[in-house]
Amino acid sequence: MGAAESLVVESNGEVILLEDVGVRYRIASERVITFKEYLIRRFQGKIALGDFWALRQVDLSINKGEMIGLIGPNGAGKSTLLKLIARVMRPTEGRVLVKGMVAPLLEFGAGFHPDLTGRENIFLNGALLGFKSDEMQEKFDHIVEFAELWEFIDVPVRNYSSGMAARLGFAVATDIDPDILILDEVLSVGDESFQRKSLSRMEEFRHQGATIILVSHDMDTILEMCQRAVWLDHGQIKMIGSSPEVVDAYREDQESSDGAADEA
Amino acid sequence: MDKTNQVPIYDSALQGSAALEELRAIFNYRYLIVQFVRRDILTRYKRSALGVAWTMLNPLGTMIILTIVFSRAFGGSQEGYAAYVLSGLIAWSFFAQSTNAATLHLVWGGSLLKKIYIPRTSFAVSATGTGLINLLLSLIPLVFVMLVIGVPIRWTIIFLPIPILFLAMFALGIGLLISTMAIYYADIAEMYQITLTAWMYLTPVIYSPEILPEAYRLWIIRLNPMYYLIELFRMPIYYGQVPDINLVLISAGIALFTLFAGWMFFTSKSDEFAYRV
Repeated sequence: MGAAESLVVESNGEVILLEDVGVRYRIASERVITFKEYLIRRFQGKIALGDFWALRQVDLSINKGEMIGLIGPNGAGKSTLLKLIARVMRPTEGRVLVKGMVAPLLEFGAGFHPDLTGRENIFLNGALLGFKSDEMQEKFDHIVEFAELWEFIDVPVRNYSSGMAARLGFAVATDIDPDILILDEVLSVGDESFQRKSLSRMEEFRHQGATIILVSHDMDTILEMCQRAVWLDHGQIKMIGSSPEVVDAYREDQESSDGAADEA
Repeated sequence: MDKTNQVPIYDSALQGSAALEELRAIFNYRYLIVQFVRRDILTRYKRSALGVAWTMLNPLGTMIILTIVFSRAFGGSQEGYAAYVLSGLIAWSFFAQSTNAATLHLVWGGSLLKKIYIPRTSFAVSATGTGLINLLLSLIPLVFVMLVIGVPIRWTIIFLPIPILFLAMFALGIGLLISTMAIYYADIAEMYQITLTAWMYLTPVIYSPEILPEAYRLWIIRLNPMYYLIELFRMPIYYGQVPDINLVLISAGIALFTLFAGWMFFTSKSDEFAYRV
């Protein structure tokens, strides 16, 4: 993990590089929530920390312009992996290298304030992604146009349907031209015509050299959109390869484990 | 658009001083702070008929009640008791509101912290910013009350930015300390509420320090950082005096030390927040 290695990284097309990455959560064996409880247990000597590795020994490199799918059962570490790439978490061990601006798609509730209007939320959301008001002003018309929300732009977001909020979120996240876009199981919202529209936008996006990471439980989406897929299981990479290969193997594994469960 | 020259690179292996990195980050995200402050001000009063006027009516109402209730008990020796109370209350509520909001925003903004990178101090910094706006607005009723009850407004009012700056630094420091602890233990926020109430009554906000027995005055007042900050706040406006240099130095020391301690503590823990919230 020295300087020599980082030189190698600069020379090829990787935009995301994970080297031997591990993320450890410390969970108290008995969950301690309050300070009072903590003090009581401390005096009783009952604080025992259990370690839980959400990710371990993960090596992954993602190239510029790639659209990569992330699959695996619940609790496999998919969201933790996204958090590392989004810089929200630092790895416990190993190294995460990300080149370029990362934009996660913020769902309703995280990036929006329900009492603010759609217009105000566009600026708030833009600022969360690091953009000034006048920069957002330039993009404003295009965002509203894409989200098809002209009629409702001055209505508080609390009155939006979940589809409308999702459209607005998608429009903001893609309009700011991020180098890396993170989509965590969010394409299922919005009606069919908007889904088609967002797919074509992502395609256009990728042609401009943006990298897209998609997490989904819907294998058809992965097959349709991603060239490569990563299968995570129990915090480790079980398989990386072309999406048809990985999806087939994953499906087979799921079926056989279902079968085993049925027999038992 | 050619962005290749200025692509930001994040490398988890290259980690400098967390405190300095955070300082740089918060500067880069200053527009986010503006948006957060805007959001807080807009949403707080959005569904009320009088809107932002409440920022001014709130301390005014409290002042009227306290003046009626306490002017006999505490106000005897204090000239212009209403203005004395109001000036103290404005400084105190700025401190209480900013530190509380810093904690609440960080704890409730947790979902945001888990999704997207933003400087973690944004919550406390914007809470202090919102508090500052409210403080400036509530100076309007203070001036009004002083005019009505005949407390003269002197030119020394130009010194007011000094105590406001120190108050803001102190509030930000405490806000960072408390919000860091609140991430780890949910009941810290509740304990802080009680502490604040007790602290307010131990500070000459609604009474003047002279009414305290000599023996307690030293221990209760002199060891209380808010005593100095509130006295300094009252000097240019209520007392109409040029701030005493010793008081300025003591307050500056308190403000700098608290902000430094809060910033260091917060940034040394903030990488763990995403694991906790």
